[in-house]
Amino acid sequence: MHPSAPGPQGPGFLFTIRTGLGPRPLLQLFVLGGVIALSVLAFLEITAAMRQAGLTPGFAFLWQKANFEIGESAIAYAAGDSYGRALLAGLANTAKVAFWGCVLSSILGLVVALLGLAGNPLLRRIVRAYIDLIRGTPLLLQLFAWTTLFQSFPAVRQAVSLFGLAYFSNRGAVLPAIGLGDRPASLWLPGFALLAILAFLGGRPLLRGRRQATALTLIFTLAVLLLAVGFLSLLGEGPTLDLPAKGGFNIRGGLALTPEFASLLTGLVVNASATVAEIIRSGIESVRPGQWEAAKALGLSRSQTLRLVVWPQALRVIIPLMTSSYLDLTKNSSLAVAIGYPDLVSVTNTTANTTGQAVEAIFLIMILYLTLNLATSLLMNRFHRRVALRGGLER
Amino acid sequence: MTVAPFASGERPVPARRILQVLDRVWRRPGELAITICVFLVAALALVPFYRWAIADAVFHGDARACEADGAGACWAFLGEKLRFILFGFYPPEEHWRPALAVAALALLFVLSALPRFWSGRLLVVWAVTLPGLALLLKGGFGLLRPVATNDWGGLPLTLLVSTAGMAFAFPLALTMALARQSDMRILKALAIAYIETLRAVPMIVVLYVAMLIAPMALPSGLLVDKLLRAQIGVTIFASAYLAEVIRAGLVTIPRGQYDAGAALGLSSWRIQRLIVLPQALRVVIPAIVNLAIGLLLNTSLLAVIGIHDLLNTARASAADPNWLGYYTEAYLFVAVLYFGISHGVSRYSLWLERRLARQPG
Repeated sequence: MHPSAPGPQGPGFLFTIRTGLGPRPLLQLFVLGGVIALSVLAFLEITAAMRQAGLTPGFAFLWQKANFEIGESAIAYAAGDSYGRALLAGLANTAKVAFWGCVLSSILGLVVALLGLAGNPLLRRIVRAYIDLIRGTPLLLQLFAWTTLFQSFPAVRQAVSLFGLAYFSNRGAVLPAIGLGDRPASLWLPGFALLAILAFLGGRPLLRGRRQATALTLIFTLAVLLLAVGFLSLLGEGPTLDLPAKGGFNIRGGLALTPEFASLLTGLVVNASATVAEIIRSGIESVRPGQWEAAKALGLSRSQTLRLVVWPQALRVIIPLMTSSYLDLTKNSSLAVAIGYPDLVSVTNTTANTTGQAVEAIFLIMILYLTLNLATSLLMNRFHRRVALRGGLER
Repeated sequence: MTVAPFASGERPVPARRILQVLDRVWRRPGELAITICVFLVAALALVPFYRWAIADAVFHGDARACEADGAGACWAFLGEKLRFILFGFYPPEEHWRPALAVAALALLFVLSALPRFWSGRLLVVWAVTLPGLALLLKGGFGLLRPVATNDWGGLPLTLLVSTAGMAFAFPLALTMALARQSDMRILKALAIAYIETLRAVPMIVVLYVAMLIAPMALPSGLLVDKLLRAQIGVTIFASAYLAEVIRAGLVTIPRGQYDAGAALGLSSWRIQRLIVLPQALRVVIPAIVNLAIGLLLNTSLLAVIGIHDLLNTARASAADPNWLGYYTEAYLFVAVLYFGISHGVSRYSLWLERRLARQPG
């Protein structure tokens, strides 16, 4: 019989296990068994401890009435709604602060990085000091400091005014607001985000193969959004600018931010901006000087070199790091619990304290964060496959 | 004339260096405009700060002096509260114990920072000192009167929890990193689940698990000490990040090193211990130092779960009814402490990186 021909019975059972599990299958199965046994034991202990405390393990409490107020919420919530809705309100608050944190920290970080790269030695030192100072002190300390600052503003009657456009008082900050009709931002902002994504995804295949396809797609997306705004204007729901106005005892109009939200957002943005600035600097420095010289030899101008040669290569380093910086910011937003902003972790903490169902509540947060991270890393893997250097050959 | 040292010296004399910098700053009108703007903004920010922190500040006296109109920073408050911020609720007459602990830790840090002292003996010194310091703080034997861990606080607590967190995380992280790199599929999957779960969730959630769930999952009576639970949370959290740092070192070791070890007839365990780990760990020492800085700063989260670490004692000090609301002074003081430690250590890490790169092997 030929040696490589399959035998009558194919590979044996043990052989399959061995190739499936790798070396030392028995040890591995033993460890796995140990981990499972310990988890089961812990689970039994937890349920027993909960029953002893008069609690029913499980997620039924999510439908019970929650009798606590939430300071502010991005979705409608009032005491008496269910715990599930309270947690959703917390989730919406986390999403709100994380979204604006990511947007604003990218902008501030880019500005800081450009100031540092501008070549003025004095400016570079100041940028360096800013980054070192932020990265050398605890984030929580920075949040406490911002809270102290926002609480130290005078009462509404003597609110500090910024050119009459924005007001700062001990009840928070009021900024000029851009609105659309009288609908709340939580209604049209997600709609617009969805429209933008759809336009981008729909426009890409139409424009593929042209020069500057990405830029054209972005312009197309912008045009679709502008059309949507124009259409809404015809219906009488056009864009509005709402400037805050100071009355005797209150400030009317504008976008009011609570001191908690304002200090959390400021703290997170300033903290992340230092990281973002470092990421952008390291990305641009990761492009070898030979690339600048080669582009110069080809007759490209400095801005062309930066835009067409350096930036695309720097992005390969920058984008994965930016993603992890966004994830960090989202995780750091959980420090809201220390300064009284009702984010997901903070509401979960209150829920755990009032219901005693700490295990389930914490389990829910962990699942949410795990999903977020898993989704992000799946996206990142796709991105990596697209931009990875291909070994010298064109595809 | 002795111009030689200046002409041939590679480092320009300070005066010349300053001229060079000035030359760069003044060269172009655009640069000049930027420089003037920067100076103006700096002056706008620094002058009020100088007035507050020095010119109008109250250095001596009581709370009454600080409440006077136009008074700036209240450094007298800091003088009054210094010992509380540094040592928390530790009994004042026993303050020599935490002070000694901080001094011993600082000495040990300096010794460990010098590559000439790196040896197995250093590990033994650490293994003896860390529990020794915990015992010194705890007391309850000989002439030392017992002090409950609830009363520990301030700088020694922050330093001890972060140091012990790194130390205990190390064996755990090493195991996880090796398991994640191994061909043993089940162990690899378990290690990935452990590391990625911990890295996905915020530290505060890990602390909640350690504070609230761990005591329920264990037979009752175990883990009653709050600080111990927090320490376990910090350790487990640190171990996931440390595992990834160690794994980054393992990845740098080329396949040929394993093959060469196998050709010498070494077992896979001995290949790891004698060939791979010494090289892999050496590569990542600076990264480990940076992680330690991050952990030191992150132990401030203990304030959220009601442990009086350095940040929390600072916050509590300004809540004293006699000296109410001097948060800025308290935060500034601990910020200087945190920054001094972390900046010093990160400069050391840079120095070490260069040194290790200079002399490989």
